[in-house]
Amino acid sequence: MSTGTLYDKVWDRHKVTTLPTGQDQLFVGLHLIHEVTSPQAFGMLRERDLEVAFPKLTHATVDHIVPTADQSRPYKEDAAEEMMAELEENVREAGIDFSDPTTGDQGIVHVIGPEQGITQPGKTIVCGDSHTSTHGAFGALAFGIGTSQIRDVLATGTVAMEKQKVRKIQVDGELGDGVEAKDIILEIIRRLGTEGGVGYVYEYAGEAIEDLGMEGRMSICNMSIEGGARAGYVNPDETTYEWMKETDYFQENPEKFDELKPYWESIRSDADAEYDDVVHIDANELEPVVTWGTTPGQGIGISDPIPEPESLPKEKQDTARRAQEHMRVEPGDTMEGYDIDVAFLGSCTNARLPDLRRAARIVEGRQVDDDVRAMVVPGSQRVQRAAEEEGLKDTFEEAGFEWRNAGCSMCLGMNEDQLEGDEACASSSNRNFVGRQGSKDGRTVLMSPRMVAAAAITGEVSDVRDLKEVNLA
Amino acid sequence: MSREDERSESSENASGQMPASDAEVREVRTDGGGEVEIPEVNYVAGSGVPIRGNDIDTDQIIPARFMKVVTFDGLGEFAFFDLRFDDDDNQKEHPFNEERYQDSSVLVVNSNFGCGSSREHAPQALMRWGIDAIIGESFAEIFAGNCLALGIPTVTADSETIEALQDWVDANPDGEIDIDVEAETVTYGDETIDVTVDDAQRKALVDGVWDTTALMKSNAGAVRDKARELPYVDDAAIPEAE
Repeated sequence: MSTGTLYDKVWDRHKVTTLPTGQDQLFVGLHLIHEVTSPQAFGMLRERDLEVAFPKLTHATVDHIVPTADQSRPYKEDAAEEMMAELEENVREAGIDFSDPTTGDQGIVHVIGPEQGITQPGKTIVCGDSHTSTHGAFGALAFGIGTSQIRDVLATGTVAMEKQKVRKIQVDGELGDGVEAKDIILEIIRRLGTEGGVGYVYEYAGEAIEDLGMEGRMSICNMSIEGGARAGYVNPDETTYEWMKETDYFQENPEKFDELKPYWESIRSDADAEYDDVVHIDANELEPVVTWGTTPGQGIGISDPIPEPESLPKEKQDTARRAQEHMRVEPGDTMEGYDIDVAFLGSCTNARLPDLRRAARIVEGRQVDDDVRAMVVPGSQRVQRAAEEEGLKDTFEEAGFEWRNAGCSMCLGMNEDQLEGDEACASSSNRNFVGRQGSKDGRTVLMSPRMVAAAAITGEVSDVRDLKEVNLA
Repeated sequence: MSREDERSESSENASGQMPASDAEVREVRTDGGGEVEIPEVNYVAGSGVPIRGNDIDTDQIIPARFMKVVTFDGLGEFAFFDLRFDDDDNQKEHPFNEERYQDSSVLVVNSNFGCGSSREHAPQALMRWGIDAIIGESFAEIFAGNCLALGIPTVTADSETIEALQDWVDANPDGEIDIDVEAETVTYGDETIDVTVDDAQRKALVDGVWDTTALMKSNAGAVRDKARELPYVDDAAIPEAE
């Protein structure tokens, strides 16, 4: 059992009691909700004549079904309009703050929480969305829950959980040019497997993690769940505190910053903390990573050969064979040169301002390949505005990208942004599951935002390090 | 009209009024006044249906386009939809399409089943198709938690044991599988095998406390105290006692 880790400390601070099942009842410091997984939970509350216990610790946005092109109401798609209307009514009735599109604060739930400063170190944060692990980048204990648990949290402000083990993933060294946070997490999942993290929470540590800005840390924590770990976190440090200071909450309540900083410091993992497992990764060895298959664990360095299924552990062979058939790739080849039809720059993994900036540097002065449909979907309205103000929108549009409004979009194909037929997509998102991007024959290749930009330009999976960057003025 | 189109048509009046095509659902009974009755799940018996393959993710169990609904009603017919139907709505080879498995209630799967999204729509779709329990090599955590919240046991055994059971189900589609949750055993044919049920899950199922809302609500006073102790919770966010 781990001791002295951030996970242990935040858990203990939030534990209300131990339930008869042996699970702990944990207080929830922030409950984020969106339109897809919450309506049924509100329905269950009504059925049981219960009210929302802590509406002021609950925050809503709309992201999964929101159109990224025409957002005028009613939405063109009846089902989308119905879901939005249902959410509007639920939050109004319960008195829950809602970052809807008219506020200018709307966006993907895992982008807006950190922007507004409601995501904070040492909080417990839950949401009916598996990528809630993103908020762990701030030293929060954050995890996804199902709809029945949303009902629990709405009704009681708490969630029933079993404590998990803690694995420290120590990433030492320095990332090379063209290599970034996304490559670190894809490498971690490749090495430890998509179920390697089941039963664990991941603590990401080491020089290469500390060197990352908050956005990079969010990209890594975001995909913890792809490695089977329900939560992942980074200990808060000066980088975290600098971010917090700039957010709405601490701009409006500057005295809170000094009040809370000692708490944030106190929940950092101790130097002599004990972990259930420790894994080392050398950042110096990493190159851009792309996926060749249909699970996020099926990744390789851009210059590495796609593995022979027979060379993999027995339990992975069958999945690998089916994946290679679906993706139409051959063992022994590299992914470099794999033709793509669509380039998607978006999602809660990689649609923040620095992601768009880095990608823009690649596309500046270049043109999207004639056979590629390329789109940028900013993670939030704030990201969108900031990007427009600094000219990124123009850069992308001049290169031939579509510039959309904020939402989950083609990461999961719940709005009109979907792959068609067997299109192949270079995607900065988090899942390459069959059918994930809206077409069951669609093919998704996961990669960093810069690699997506490079693929959009060349029309094929490319090593971004071969494209000379152009500095933006 | 395709099955999908029918779905989106019917979702227009989806305020819970879908035809009751779903299989029986192990739902808690409510009297509309906050009292809930949670059945104990000591024992599940039924014939099996094998779904082979590792890493079967929630997008395969229920594609996202079927989640554009505000209730879980009617999700059963969309379980594994893209694996069961081609573009022209013709049935593909899939156990959920096979006549011999139509009455099955025990799903037998391999490793990392239910990985991916937190959507409760996945176990809801399986439950509404008719699944009461799942036996597998391993389960993704959020998925297993969602199953528990519906009173569906997710019990585990090693890969050889699972494969043997899948083969047996294949040969004996009507054969009964008995899951004893408390004793952590599964009996089929002449075999009784040891399986693992996570401790908290076992207790929750056997004692009938897998629906945790009322249980946790009864600690409301302690919850408010906890909120007051936490430095980041503003007093204004803590409601008065009811």
